[in-house]
Amino acid sequence: MTDYFMPSLIYFAAAAIVPFIAAPRLRATFMLAVPFAGFASFATMAYGTYAFMPFFDFNLKIFRLDGLSFIFGLIFSIAAFISIAFAWHIRDRLEQVSSLVYAGAAIGAVFAGDLITLFVFWEGTAIASALLIWARRTPGAIATTMRYFTFQIASGLLLFIGIVLFYRDTGSVAFQHMELDSLGTWLIFLAFGFKCAFPLMHNWLQDAYPAATPTGTVTLSAFTTKLAIYALARGFAGTEFLIYIGAAMSLFPVFFAAIENNLRRVLAYSLNNQLGFMVVGIGIGTPLALDGTVAHAFVHVIYKALLFMSVGAVIYRTGTAKVSDLGGLWKYMPWTMAFCIVGSLSISAFPLFSGFVAKSLILSATASSGHIWVWMALVVASVGVLEHAGIKIPYSMFFGHDRGWKVKEAPLPMLLIMGFAATLCVLIGVFPQTLYALLPYPVEYEPYTADHVITQLQMLFFAALAFALLIRFNIYPAEYRSINLDFDWVYRRFLPNVLRVVTHYVTVIWRVYARFADRRIERALMVIYRAHGPQGALARTWPTGSMVLWIAILLGITLGLAYL
Amino acid sequence: MIPQAIISQLPILQVIVPLIAAPFCALLGGRNRAWALAFAVSLVTFAISAMLFASTLDGTVLSYQLGGWAPPIGIEYRVDALNAFVLLIVSGVGALTMLYARESVAYEIDERHHGLFYSAFVFCMTGLLGVTITGDAFNVFVFLEISSLSTYALVASGAKRDRRALTAAYNYLIMGTIGATFFVIGLGLLYMITGTLNMADLAHKLVEHGDSRTLRMGFAFIVVGFGLKLAMFPLHLWLPNAYTHAPSAVSAFVSATSTKVAVYLMLRFLFTVFGFSIPFEVDVLRTIVLPLALIGILAGSIVAVFQEDLKRLLAYSSISQIGYMLVGITLLTPGGLMASIIHLFNHAVAKAALFMVAGAYVMQAGTSTISDLRGVGRDMPFTTAAFVVGGLSLVGVPMTVGFISKWYLVQAALEQGWWPVAGLIVLSSLVAFAYVWRFVEAAYMYPTPDGVIRREAPLTMLIPMWIFAGSSIFFGLNASLTSAAASRAASGLIAASSLIWQ
Repeated sequence: MTDYFMPSLIYFAAAAIVPFIAAPRLRATFMLAVPFAGFASFATMAYGTYAFMPFFDFNLKIFRLDGLSFIFGLIFSIAAFISIAFAWHIRDRLEQVSSLVYAGAAIGAVFAGDLITLFVFWEGTAIASALLIWARRTPGAIATTMRYFTFQIASGLLLFIGIVLFYRDTGSVAFQHMELDSLGTWLIFLAFGFKCAFPLMHNWLQDAYPAATPTGTVTLSAFTTKLAIYALARGFAGTEFLIYIGAAMSLFPVFFAAIENNLRRVLAYSLNNQLGFMVVGIGIGTPLALDGTVAHAFVHVIYKALLFMSVGAVIYRTGTAKVSDLGGLWKYMPWTMAFCIVGSLSISAFPLFSGFVAKSLILSATASSGHIWVWMALVVASVGVLEHAGIKIPYSMFFGHDRGWKVKEAPLPMLLIMGFAATLCVLIGVFPQTLYALLPYPVEYEPYTADHVITQLQMLFFAALAFALLIRFNIYPAEYRSINLDFDWVYRRFLPNVLRVVTHYVTVIWRVYARFADRRIERALMVIYRAHGPQGALARTWPTGSMVLWIAILLGITLGLAYL
Repeated sequence: MIPQAIISQLPILQVIVPLIAAPFCALLGGRNRAWALAFAVSLVTFAISAMLFASTLDGTVLSYQLGGWAPPIGIEYRVDALNAFVLLIVSGVGALTMLYARESVAYEIDERHHGLFYSAFVFCMTGLLGVTITGDAFNVFVFLEISSLSTYALVASGAKRDRRALTAAYNYLIMGTIGATFFVIGLGLLYMITGTLNMADLAHKLVEHGDSRTLRMGFAFIVVGFGLKLAMFPLHLWLPNAYTHAPSAVSAFVSATSTKVAVYLMLRFLFTVFGFSIPFEVDVLRTIVLPLALIGILAGSIVAVFQEDLKRLLAYSSISQIGYMLVGITLLTPGGLMASIIHLFNHAVAKAALFMVAGAYVMQAGTSTISDLRGVGRDMPFTTAAFVVGGLSLVGVPMTVGFISKWYLVQAALEQGWWPVAGLIVLSSLVAFAYVWRFVEAAYMYPTPDGVIRREAPLTMLIPMWIFAGSSIFFGLNASLTSAAASRAASGLIAASSLIWQ
């Protein structure tokens, strides 16, 4: 290997070639080969740091291969493969190029051995992913792109300032474990938090992901947030603070997901909630917990892609992802339904599906580290996952209210890649030790013990029972209504009503504050515009006399200084 | 190989070759004859400055005595690391702009004026090179006038496209003359004290003489005079009009060289001549120049955000970029100086590319108004891509030259513990992003207006444009070349001054 080698180069080179391949099928096939080439390039290398590049006074370590970066490299390679394969029918070169650059930048960031390299790739993912959203080209998507990009750039800026400060404090730019003991590390932490969609920094995610093309969303869901998970795991493992952030993160999106009508947005909230589990794992920071985080990231990328793909396939056929417009598709899209249910079972952590083997690692680590309240929060969040991702997603698309859609099954390439992802979900669930063998820390763990399985099944069944009871309870009053409408009522009327009471005061306070801030900002902008706009004092250039006056004033001041 | 006799004459050849060629350009007239001569001359001057640069690489200082008269009586040309670097910038930009000018000037200026135009162009180059190379303070004034007078004429020659060029040139004339006059007054005061005009000798005698009110007056006049020439806020008022209404080739050349040479002069006088031998000089920089530079950085960028005309937008961005260089100077540290000098080069490269892009739009689309250039990214992909590269460099995105200079500048500011200054630099980068984005958005995200046909710019314009755009990436990746030259020049300046640096 040469000194400058890095797997991301393969993606960038491919991205440079792709626009010039005229035949669409050839282009898609070529793209499909890229993740394989990318993975093959580092699959057999020994752990170590390879590519060095002098830059100013630093010696950049562009390519660091160790347990943690290896498995994330693998995760991203799989994600790249899935999203490229799902986009088989896409002909838009902008979308194709930006998804390749995006994947390449994410992989480059994972292998970055120092903060400067990390920053460059960090910004790379921001730009490429913004282009990916923009590729939908609707006015709404362009506006969303701008909002999304602002968030991403803010994250990059924080990271940059953080790095500069960190370098000044420590004289090093190595990307290693950091302590939250200085402004620099706090800023870096915040930058990671932005991309990780910490609570109150999360809105870009629900805003942007549903706005992309159906294929673009699959790509988006894989990289940015998992890159942030990687960065947190690398830099801030064992930071106590993260446990509580993670717990909050896993809880709050559950309620939003329940009342959301747009299925892609439901999935975006659910993504947020899943990240919460991983963040808790990082916060605990024991080898078991970190392994849990990594394993969860691994399986999560696959089943979340699977769910996004099934929703994407439905959008592809029906043109909508709204709960209120969908229903009864199981007759027409049976395969999509089956794959979607596999994804749902995985994300709900049913035994024998991939979510179970990863989530129980995190739950065990939480319980064994003595954070009993956090453990309970996670259990409650798991119930929420079952409700919105496990039941709501497949239920509202394929069963529920039949809206009279007569559509064809998803096209074969889509089915194939969904089948691939679904198979992976089951295989990992059945043979967890293959996944465990890849984890960065050696761990002895057996998910299929009697108490694990029983606890989980108890929880799942009681959660399901609770819903069933609610449904039954609500069936009787409504005579001619079918189950689905009543069930609708649960998350359309009942939960919002509860939430409304809770959030009413928050909203009022927030609105007052926002209006106040809005007016402030507007007024500030007006002041700026009045001074700097084309007619403003600072942009006026014509009268020669005023220029000369300025010279006189300045000279006067300078001369005045001489007498002091 | 070139005989030694010629090598020793290089400093004078640098100035005399274009000086002699300029009148001939006027005589040759149109049909590309004047252009061909001007282009040939600009290539020769570039070759000369490249050789000068190479021979000062090892730290030698070339001294050339005009007419064999020894300094301080005779005029001396001195080439050291700093001005060899500036000479290289001026002649390099000159040569490439000349290549660019052929098509652009043919479009923007009547053919019967071509001879005069190129003559003025070469005179302007002569003046800028002369200002840079000379070691004699009064000679600076002479060359400054040569360059300024020809620039007024060049700006006024934009009148075919836009009559406002005449008013702009008039304004520039008034302001420029005041600036030059201030400089001469200041110089006169220095002469009163020392009785000499040679820079090295001046420096020596000023230290001997010590503090006096006359010296302070002289310092104030000279700093304000140069402040005007380099468009320091709020003395920048001549610049936006001049750059907007001048012919595009002139905008590209003047924006990349003229203010940079003025910055060089500021450096030369502050460090080599005055040398901060009295505290007053430091006070002026810190209490007057620094705040103004900071205001200029922000105000220039914000005004640029609201501009409707691309060339005007770029002009205001120049004002903000000059602020960066001034901040670097006022730091009075090797790091700050180095940032300033490296930004001198980096900004010249990026701005030349950007103004060339604007000129290509003027020629192919007939306008430089942003709203009329909607959708131009599809019609003129290479030109617009060059704008994106140059724009990213203005913002200071990593892997462009803009990042390199901002990095050094922020570092230098932090070294001094000037946190707010560093913060402001970062903030203004965000504003810069806003004005660059405004154009990028218009160029790529909106459809072409109906009935507008625009073709890609000709190759003779694309090549120089992309050489600059390419260099702003190349030197952004491989900064060791420019940073080595800048740090040599900076340590030379510090060594010449009375500043004590640990």
